[in-house]
Amino acid sequence: MSGHVHRDDLGSRLGMWLFLVTEIVLFGGLFIGYSYMRYKYPAEFHHGGAELNATLGVTNTLVLLTSSLTVVLAIVAIQRAEKKRALAFLGTTLALGLTFLVIKSFEWGAKFHHGLYPNSPHLATLPPGEQVFFGLYFTMTGLHGVHVVVGLAVLSVMFWWVATDRVRQDRYIHLENSGLYWHLVDVIWIFLLPLFYLAA
Amino acid sequence: MSTQASTAQPSYLVDTGARKGLLAWLTTTDHKRIGLLYLYSMITFFFVGVGIGFVMRLVQLTTFQKLITAQTYNALFTVHGVIMIFLFVVPGLPAIFGNFFLPILIGAKDVSFPRLNLASWYFFMAGAILAVLSLFTGGGAPDTGWTFYAPFSLKTGTNVSLAVFAAFVLGFSSMLTGINFITTIHRLRAPGMKFFRMPLMCWALYSTAWIQLLATPIVAITLLLVILERFFGIGIFDPSKGGDPLLYQHLFWIYSHPAVYIMILPAMGAISEIIPTFTKRPIFGYKAIAFSSMSIAGVGSLVWAHHMFTSGMSGMALMIFSLLTMVVAVPSAIKVFNWVSTLYKGSIDFEPPLLFALTFIFLFCIGGLTGVMQGALAINVHIHDTYFIVGHFHYVMFGGTGMALFAALLYWFPKMWGKMYSKKAIYVSWFPMFIGFNMLYFGMMILGMMGMPRRYYVHLPQFHTMHVVATVGSWLLVLGLIIFFATLLYGILKGPKAEDNPWGGVTLEWTIPSPPPLENFEVIPTITRGPYHFDQQEKA
Repeated sequence: MSGHVHRDDLGSRLGMWLFLVTEIVLFGGLFIGYSYMRYKYPAEFHHGGAELNATLGVTNTLVLLTSSLTVVLAIVAIQRAEKKRALAFLGTTLALGLTFLVIKSFEWGAKFHHGLYPNSPHLATLPPGEQVFFGLYFTMTGLHGVHVVVGLAVLSVMFWWVATDRVRQDRYIHLENSGLYWHLVDVIWIFLLPLFYLAA
Repeated sequence: MSTQASTAQPSYLVDTGARKGLLAWLTTTDHKRIGLLYLYSMITFFFVGVGIGFVMRLVQLTTFQKLITAQTYNALFTVHGVIMIFLFVVPGLPAIFGNFFLPILIGAKDVSFPRLNLASWYFFMAGAILAVLSLFTGGGAPDTGWTFYAPFSLKTGTNVSLAVFAAFVLGFSSMLTGINFITTIHRLRAPGMKFFRMPLMCWALYSTAWIQLLATPIVAITLLLVILERFFGIGIFDPSKGGDPLLYQHLFWIYSHPAVYIMILPAMGAISEIIPTFTKRPIFGYKAIAFSSMSIAGVGSLVWAHHMFTSGMSGMALMIFSLLTMVVAVPSAIKVFNWVSTLYKGSIDFEPPLLFALTFIFLFCIGGLTGVMQGALAINVHIHDTYFIVGHFHYVMFGGTGMALFAALLYWFPKMWGKMYSKKAIYVSWFPMFIGFNMLYFGMMILGMMGMPRRYYVHLPQFHTMHVVATVGSWLLVLGLIIFFATLLYGILKGPKAEDNPWGGVTLEWTIPSPPPLENFEVIPTITRGPYHFDQQEKA
């Protein structure tokens, strides 16, 4: 049934943008919850934010922003038919994405070590507003982390496709769409950083 | 009427690829076959839902209560809601008729992303199977009602997590279909098929797709939070941890009220196709209907809190949502008036599709007007969570979307299978269906007015007479449904061959053979005018 498979790059890009809209709305539900809870518990959110490691948060922001840049450079390289350079940039993106996850895991690990994890006995002793703060923190950064993992998986496939010439100078819409997804992951993090790490 | 009687291409029902039989269907990327896959699976779930509803009515005859416990009754109304809403009414018309006819109506060979389309069906089936599994595994069938309200959904020992995850997966299917339809409408219209030359079904599907896109992710995240809450106790909906259960209701209805319009808009689209064909008149107020679809999608996204008038909100919020709820009736009324105006002085051909389309208008008006009633705050407090609500939303969902789906099925049946059903048997099925429907659901509305609360396992003696009326109505309704679907099934298997254009329709699907060839059109048509011009046909 491949008789009517046609190629429509503009259509693919439109479809990807529409998908990104659904992702934004998905996180939007959480942002609504966050704003409501922060309105309800301003002092507790301030106190909760003080417990987070802003240095690690900012470092991770720089890591993700750089990885977004390298994805764009990879697309530019493909457009110029520079396959090796494209692979190098994609590889850098993957490495930066992994770095983000490693830093994130250290950060979460430290929280767990201090007895700060959902439903923990220590958390139960904190005021309700702070419990909600950490509930939202783990939910939102966790869901974002899942998106980073998905993004890395997609970009790994792209790495393979560039290597095997399935993505090439005259056919790079898949790489472009994967790049768009990666930018979205980046953009969401840019909102998470001030809402949690800089809340104090 | 010119028809392409002989075509080089085989019908889409003939296997042409390397795979044959069932495997060919399960791996198809043809939008028409995917439409049928949805149809067959959804009608199956529909009958499961009908069966559960039937048993619930039997329980209200009191005698049957010895066979079923109160806990089972809770599970029954939950599962009835989950199956009917998530597996039939919400995805029904867009997935079946949207898939089958959207590309044909705009003169395309397929949707923009055929493989994604097949993946959507697999997501749908995965969600459906998970939903069914949730009944038999874990702590037993969920007993929260289909709305999964916190905090009960967080505390109950039944298998809420799996059921909620099933709804999450089904949401994915719905979203991907929405993305596919929007892209298809933007990118694949035939040359000359401007937006305002599209048949109204396409407008309805377009606005539906936008709601699917913008509302579904909200319920996805809400349901995800319920799962996280149950497994990790994150506390966002748990008041003992500073959370707020009311937040759940808001997030849930931000999706689930627009979902009501996901259900009804494509139904209205189908009715807007059927009425011109059987009156041989161009539809009255084409642009008004097209814009009212979009404004229903817009305003309908801002009325969710009318489900929560008794949940505790500020007086200001109550009044705003009450006002918006009444405003959303305006575009719906525009459509009804336009349909009726189209009928006026038309040459009416009282074929089965029109009969069911008119049934839709009648029942939808009752459902719609009782909806406006509930938008009024004072009345709402009185009838909140009573049988009145149950009767009302069955008028909208079953009397509206269900009847429109039946009408669409009757209308496009000859095109989809290239066969014809027995019209007489359909007329016969209509009588018990219509009478039973009104006994059942109008009976419920009267019960609600009298004060019968919904979701109760037993009832007080003063409600008994109406409960008996409603239960007898349910028997007639089921009888009608059985005759209806048996007739269609017989038509598919043994019916006489249908003409290419049995109803004298003028939209693109009637210009191609029945059943359509694999790629729909031999030559992509060029469109020079709007969709409902019957004058040309009269000359020929």
